[in-house]
Amino acid sequence: MAEAHPVAFQWVIEAKKRGARVIHVDPRFTRTSANADRHIPIRSGTDIVLLGGVIRHVLENELYFKEYVQAYTNASTLISEEYGDPEDLDGLFSGYDPETSTYDNSTWAYAGDEESLARGLPERDETLQHPRSVLQILKRHYARYTPQMVQDTCGIDPEDFEYLATSIAEASGREKTTMFAYALGWTQHQGGAQMIRTSGILQLLMGNMGRPGGGIMALRGHATIQGSTDIPTLYHILPGYLPMPKVGQDDFAEFTRAIGKKEQKGFWANADIYTINLLKAWWGENATAENDWGYHHLPKLTGAHGTYQTTMRMLEDGVDGYFLFGQNPAVGSANGRLQRLGMSHLQWMVVRDFYMIESATWWRDGPEIESGELTPEQIATEMFFLPAANHTEKAGSFTQTQRMVQWRDQAVEPPGDAKSDLEFMYDLGVRIREKLKDSTDPRDRAILDLTWDYPVNEHGEPDAESVLAEINGRHLEGEKAGQPLKAFGEMKDDGSTIGGCWIYAGVYADGINQARRRTPGQDQDETAADWGWAWPANRRILYNRASADPQGRPWSEKKKLVWWDEEAGRWTGNDVPDFPLTKRPDDPGDPRQGGAAALSGTDAFIMQGDGRGWLFAPTGMVDGPMPTHYESPESNIRNPLYLQQSNPTRVTFRDEDNLSSPGAMGPGGEVYPYVFTTYRITEHHTAGGMSRFLPYLSELQPEMYCEVSPELAAEVGLEPYGWATIISARSAIEAKVLITERMTPLQVGDRTVHQIGLPFHWGQGTEAIISGDGANDLIGMNLDANTQIQNSKNNSCTLIPGRRPRGPERGELVEAYRRRAGLIPSEHPEVDGAEGAPGAGPADTSVPHAVRGPEEASAVPSGERSMKEMKNR
Amino acid sequence: MARTTFLDWPVIRQLRGADPTGRGTAVTSAKTRSTTPRTADADGVTDSICPYCAVGCGQRVFHKDGKVIQIEGNPDSPVSRGRLCPKGAASEQLANSYLRQTKVRYRRPYATEWEDLELETAMDMIADRFIASRRKHWEDEDEHGRPLKRTMGIASLGGATIDNEENYLIKKFFTAAGAIQMENQARI
Repeated sequence: MAEAHPVAFQWVIEAKKRGARVIHVDPRFTRTSANADRHIPIRSGTDIVLLGGVIRHVLENELYFKEYVQAYTNASTLISEEYGDPEDLDGLFSGYDPETSTYDNSTWAYAGDEESLARGLPERDETLQHPRSVLQILKRHYARYTPQMVQDTCGIDPEDFEYLATSIAEASGREKTTMFAYALGWTQHQGGAQMIRTSGILQLLMGNMGRPGGGIMALRGHATIQGSTDIPTLYHILPGYLPMPKVGQDDFAEFTRAIGKKEQKGFWANADIYTINLLKAWWGENATAENDWGYHHLPKLTGAHGTYQTTMRMLEDGVDGYFLFGQNPAVGSANGRLQRLGMSHLQWMVVRDFYMIESATWWRDGPEIESGELTPEQIATEMFFLPAANHTEKAGSFTQTQRMVQWRDQAVEPPGDAKSDLEFMYDLGVRIREKLKDSTDPRDRAILDLTWDYPVNEHGEPDAESVLAEINGRHLEGEKAGQPLKAFGEMKDDGSTIGGCWIYAGVYADGINQARRRTPGQDQDETAADWGWAWPANRRILYNRASADPQGRPWSEKKKLVWWDEEAGRWTGNDVPDFPLTKRPDDPGDPRQGGAAALSGTDAFIMQGDGRGWLFAPTGMVDGPMPTHYESPESNIRNPLYLQQSNPTRVTFRDEDNLSSPGAMGPGGEVYPYVFTTYRITEHHTAGGMSRFLPYLSELQPEMYCEVSPELAAEVGLEPYGWATIISARSAIEAKVLITERMTPLQVGDRTVHQIGLPFHWGQGTEAIISGDGANDLIGMNLDANTQIQNSKNNSCTLIPGRRPRGPERGELVEAYRRRAGLIPSEHPEVDGAEGAPGAGPADTSVPHAVRGPEEASAVPSGERSMKEMKNR
Repeated sequence: MARTTFLDWPVIRQLRGADPTGRGTAVTSAKTRSTTPRTADADGVTDSICPYCAVGCGQRVFHKDGKVIQIEGNPDSPVSRGRLCPKGAASEQLANSYLRQTKVRYRRPYATEWEDLELETAMDMIADRFIASRRKHWEDEDEHGRPLKRTMGIASLGGATIDNEENYLIKKFFTAAGAIQMENQARI
């Protein structure tokens, strides 16, 4: 955090000054470690064992926050008799289909009759003693996650573990809270979503959710990566976490019922309203009740259509055109070689950026040109480079990592041909609509019927506030006609309101750009509610009903945030209450009504179909209702818990350039004996598009390097500040050698595990001030099945002294190691990425479809095997 | 510049003045005293937000003659209290780096070099290609006759470094066009 989010880290230091204990768990010692009370080095990819060990510790020793757990979590809920745990099935949950490597989640369901389950009222045992109660299932599931198991898996000694577990237990409860902060060290694994789930379980057990100083903080890495998830340029969701429709979802009512049913508890019961308001914002007068508000204009998914599936589709000549909006996949995406080869199969490509990034110039100076494998004369891709306006040259909003939307004013006009992406997209839309205006082809109706009329200034720039106003929504009829919505509660299901993203309703309340509010922090209390605007409803801490006890009183004076005011008959406090404002703490809820009315006064988790925080997740995760440990596919360590070595749902792609080491599962694994893990450094930003073209930053960190321990350097024969070549099953790169005790060899069983640190900011090209080999070239397109995010954090390699060869010899070197490891596809089918690999995770024809958002909140499993029979590309 | 007298000697100033430790006004030279910050003659200052990571630090953008001349942390921000990291502090160079591209560049199929192209022409060519690729890879329905109404011929990547309003228009238009393969940094 001190490295990649240094300005946010000031608050960790502030907390430490006030007595907070800071523990840093990371394979590397970093600036964060230097400021922590303790650094605990961990073997990459074993976080579930570490946190599972803490879960076991607090359950066995009864250190969890009992009143909180009883009232606000699903600990008392009974699970179906059909449920089978990996502890009994040697590493698999019940419902696994080895043919498709997917789960049918119907056996993970809550117990109870269908009607009660639909209303969020499963069978419960308030004594928490029933063997099928979630608490007892958790206890059994994590029983083997002992300090010894932590040592044998994570390489963390029992004293360090004891320190961590005791610290969390002591800093939780009525008077104190513990917070977890994470970034891509958790997300970029095959099984990464489950690592985050493990901390979610722990935080619920310790009563740290919905409370000040608690929670799980995702430290995100781009200015509006949160906003671009809320208002998504992502394939699988629509604005506000509404899912994109899948093939076969041709009935609008059924589509919205699959998101949230009217009879279910909580705010997803209004999914139909949110969807109607979105469709009405997009298709305006052409969206009517008769045509299901234009729902049938929406394209349908048939599987995962993520960026890596698209790369594979490019390689098969299935994609003609590609737009880049400030992203540099030639350097920043996994398997850079396949990224660049994919682009060489395109018909045309539009790059919008400030600088000549490597994704704009791969056809003339990329690694495949250097090696002689490709020449520009062979590459048919037509390239358009369009200069983009930067953040000072346009007005607009970013949503930062805590859901706070902040507006930027425009300082200057963009230079030359540079334009905002707002103008580019608007202008392109205008041109396409003009060219199609006489079309009678039904497929063009969705474009022609679109609302696409934003006021523009004298330079042709659309008014960004008018777009924000559409996102916010407004009344169309009645005495409020034309007025912006104050909150999503004002949305109607009859077409009399519109709203482009329901969770952002209120950002333009009263016609005022709430994201532009700038009351100085020094003039406000610590909540700083008058700076920017956080979705939803300017609420700064989600689920903050849980900051009060079941009776509505703060858990303690020190940790009070939101409480019930009996006199006023409403919830009040230092944040916007995340609960129906006048619902009493002793309100039993009205299950006949559904929605907010069905919530009881203690159903603090208002988005969940049962009003509870989920220790056990009956739906929402495609690889199990609880996290369980698997080894990374290239790991040279056998899974100490199960015969099942790696996550059985993991996704990979069959390609000779996307092979993996078999790790502990084959003799070839020893050809790649070391672990490498990638990360950011303070002075650079992601793939370097916004840092390697700046003189200051280039001077501060000019060269690609690798961090190795003195022990590994001695073993391999590396010289300080000399060169090393790192070879994986995908590629070989070179880096300057940084020998440092920041890297700790870890003892795991009888094996010493060496981990190598690789920053990923450099790329090969001739336009940036500095260039270097790209770490992402070493990484395969091997994905987590929940998120379709690649595993960048635990992969295997070997390391040799000296620079890599130039020209075709580079590929020959990679090939020689592949041969030694036996990765020839047809002969060694046990290897991920090889033809016909059994149990290697679903092949590219049966990728489970990741459904995020509201469908996670339904406590009733659909029994559908995600997108089992569907094609991903 | 006024004539320097012995009274202007630093040690004398230190002994006479309100700076007995000699670390402030006593030891500043006339040149230092006459120096003004580069922001002093800015035409204006605009409130902004740092474009790098998602912490969302406040920035103040000083500009003169239509150019950014300095970017500093905004002390009013309750997020950052005026601090910026090395990237945020370097962001004036993001605008003014000598490598900044301001002209459309075009590369024909099989060409070895870039060439110039009018923005207007480029936009029109892109619109034509969008329409053609959309049609060429259009899928009305799947093999079971179920509606798909989409095109697989167009993809996009990026969104986390641009604005919410820009993401909204991209999502809106691409979805209406049936171009479902939209992705950004959140997937990486």
